[in-house]
Amino acid sequence: MSSTLLEVKGIVKRFPGVLALDGVNFDLKEGEVHTLLGENGAGKTTLMNIIFGLYKPDEGEILFRGKKVHIRSPYHALQLGIGMVQQHFTLVPSFTVAENVSLGTKDPPNKVAAEVKRISKEFGLEVDPYAKIWQLSVGEKQRVEIIKLLYAGAKVVILDEPTAVLTPQETEALFKAIRKMTAQGTGVIFISHKLNEVMEISDRVTVLRKGKVIGTLKRGEFDQNKLAQMMVGREVVMKIEREKAKPGDLVIRVDNVYAKSDKGHLALDGISFEIRAGEILGIAGVAGNGQRELAEVITGLRKVESGKIEFAGKDITNSSVMDRILAGIAYIPQDRKGVALSPNLSVAENLFLRRKERKIWFNKASIYEHARRYIEEYKIKTPSPATAVKYLSGGNMQKVVIAREFSLEPKLIIAVHPTRGLDVASMEFVYRSLIKARDEGVAVLLLAGELYEIFNLSDRVGVIYEGKIVGYTTPDPSPENVEKIGLMMAGVAV
Amino acid sequence: MNIEGLLSASIRYGTPLLFATVGEIITERAGVLNLGLEGLMLMGAFTGFVTAYSTGNLWLAFFLSMVVGALFALIHAFMSITLKVNQVVSGLALTMLGSGLSGILGRAYVGRPAVMFQPVAIPGLASIPIIGPAFFNQDPLVYIGYVLTFFLAWFIFKTKAGLTLRAVGEEPAAADARGINVFLVRYIATLVGGGLTAAGGAYLSLAATSMWMENMTAGRGWIAIALVIFAAWDPIKAMLGSYLFGFIMSLQFRLQATGEVHVSANLLLMLPYLVTLISMVLFSLNENFRKRIGAPSALGVPYSREEKT
Repeated sequence: MSSTLLEVKGIVKRFPGVLALDGVNFDLKEGEVHTLLGENGAGKTTLMNIIFGLYKPDEGEILFRGKKVHIRSPYHALQLGIGMVQQHFTLVPSFTVAENVSLGTKDPPNKVAAEVKRISKEFGLEVDPYAKIWQLSVGEKQRVEIIKLLYAGAKVVILDEPTAVLTPQETEALFKAIRKMTAQGTGVIFISHKLNEVMEISDRVTVLRKGKVIGTLKRGEFDQNKLAQMMVGREVVMKIEREKAKPGDLVIRVDNVYAKSDKGHLALDGISFEIRAGEILGIAGVAGNGQRELAEVITGLRKVESGKIEFAGKDITNSSVMDRILAGIAYIPQDRKGVALSPNLSVAENLFLRRKERKIWFNKASIYEHARRYIEEYKIKTPSPATAVKYLSGGNMQKVVIAREFSLEPKLIIAVHPTRGLDVASMEFVYRSLIKARDEGVAVLLLAGELYEIFNLSDRVGVIYEGKIVGYTTPDPSPENVEKIGLMMAGVAV
Repeated sequence: MNIEGLLSASIRYGTPLLFATVGEIITERAGVLNLGLEGLMLMGAFTGFVTAYSTGNLWLAFFLSMVVGALFALIHAFMSITLKVNQVVSGLALTMLGSGLSGILGRAYVGRPAVMFQPVAIPGLASIPIIGPAFFNQDPLVYIGYVLTFFLAWFIFKTKAGLTLRAVGEEPAAADARGINVFLVRYIATLVGGGLTAAGGAYLSLAATSMWMENMTAGRGWIAIALVIFAAWDPIKAMLGSYLFGFIMSLQFRLQATGEVHVSANLLLMLPYLVTLISMVLFSLNENFRKRIGAPSALGVPYSREEKT
């Protein structure tokens, strides 16, 4: 029996008005992967921030190798041997890999470089110690973060949703590295909501719900359905029932479009596709392959360098954003708090933002009336229509966006990562809304990184890689098809 | 026109800019934007002059001006690092405070002469034709400027401490996570930067002239702020930029004095600012370039652990 590295007992953490953690017990043994599973707001991140020294618990204690510790800061945590790879990387872009690893240590970068090479070889975390961070891909940056922890001698490695930004192949490589770390006795805390990954990598799974531990299960005791059920407290119909699509007239035709990214390099490299009324085209791909630019080109937020966009038979390549809204293009952006909503404005004002009628004066009472209708119809949980949107949960914010966009009676909906960061119940709501729209004859362009989302919703699946559709396939979740999509996402021709 | 004289004057005009610019480079490399350079330089010039006037000790005067500069910068450090107020506002306040305070306190000293640094020729080097007299027959503060520039370039780019400084200015969260005290580094950088900037001001009253005038910096603090960008936060380039601006300034005075060229003095006075503007435009055109040279991306952003996520 391997010994216990880390143990937290009876952790309570209160935030103003919220009990974030309510007597949580959790432990990590040497050489195991212990997954922390839970919906957004379940308390996973709060618990990790306590272990990582960012927050102080109100009650409870932390034991490291059997000794009681008070973790004061992330640095103190690291000195003890607890390291965390956060979702936002903490790397200095203009520094080399070795310089980043040497930061805060006494070792000079050139000495560190040799050690980085050794670690990356040993754990299969391939990265050039002399490359500058800004030149690296997201996957490589993540490897640098892990190397940083291993260099510092971390015995507990916390990975906060590490696979959200990776291709299936990169995820496999990460899992191999995790297995090598655990083989050497390192304990890994893995945070994810992707059940298939949790199934694959975990030795134990602890499910958190509303700040409480629902249960801890060993490998062999858990399966996907059971975990999903524990996570949300009820059976989730994650397989959304839907009828076969009945494609109608051509709604949008994107023909050989080129566009630049913010940084000025080519983000869309001659992309072409068509969507008909009443069908959902799902576009799979690793983030940063032109998804955002594609959505912006169609909504008119980004200039087209060359190529043509036809919408409902008309050339809209150079139309203004407003003309496109009026023509019936709705947009559910990836960035809820910035692009989709104005966080400081009220729910009612946000719902009003994109209404079709253009008046100079508006009547406050009518805005609230309008808002109340949508709050009821879409079951938006808000104290009142006058509440600022920033106080709503992610799921309810997305409901506000959907209510507003659907109220435009669009012919085309562009949805970019529409369920990112949402809990399972909100996810289901988004799925049902999109399928309902499709059944009513709306064309939907779905840009998502998560394959289950693509499979659940799409009628056709295209894969985007470096600004081009590299191939189409069916929304069939069989292992062969997943592998095919994965290879296309990684740029390997099939 | 006398080329030797022109070059020599360029160095002397450039030196106060050099001190202020490298000072601000240190401050900005740590992620703190200090727009109070004009005020700091005036306090430096004033402190330097008063000390030299009353004690006759030029080195004490130079040293005290740096101390006062650092103390003034402490105000900005406290406001922007600890209280996290808007750094632009705090910096502008410092400029107004410095010019107002030095103006009032200095009223009694206007027009009085004091001692000043004299040129010291460096044996051998000073006898090189043209370059020798221009670069190596100067007052000691000019030589300090040379040494300081190369020292700071080495410090910023080649030492562990320089790496820490740059990390704090670019990704304070990353530095914090590695156990670096972001607040302490920023305080030190702001104080050191303030001291060096005030030294640039002291040059005006201790070496360029031997007297005190209200607002004698005449906008040099603002030029230094622009020079920091022009120099891409690199002390060596700051040296080139400072001497280039020194050249433009001395050229403009000479052209006016000789009366040989009939160009409006106002137009000539505009030159340094025009060059600054053009360099800023060129600089901001290429974002990738900014990233590559490591422009401090957390510049002007107060660091707070809680707001990180």
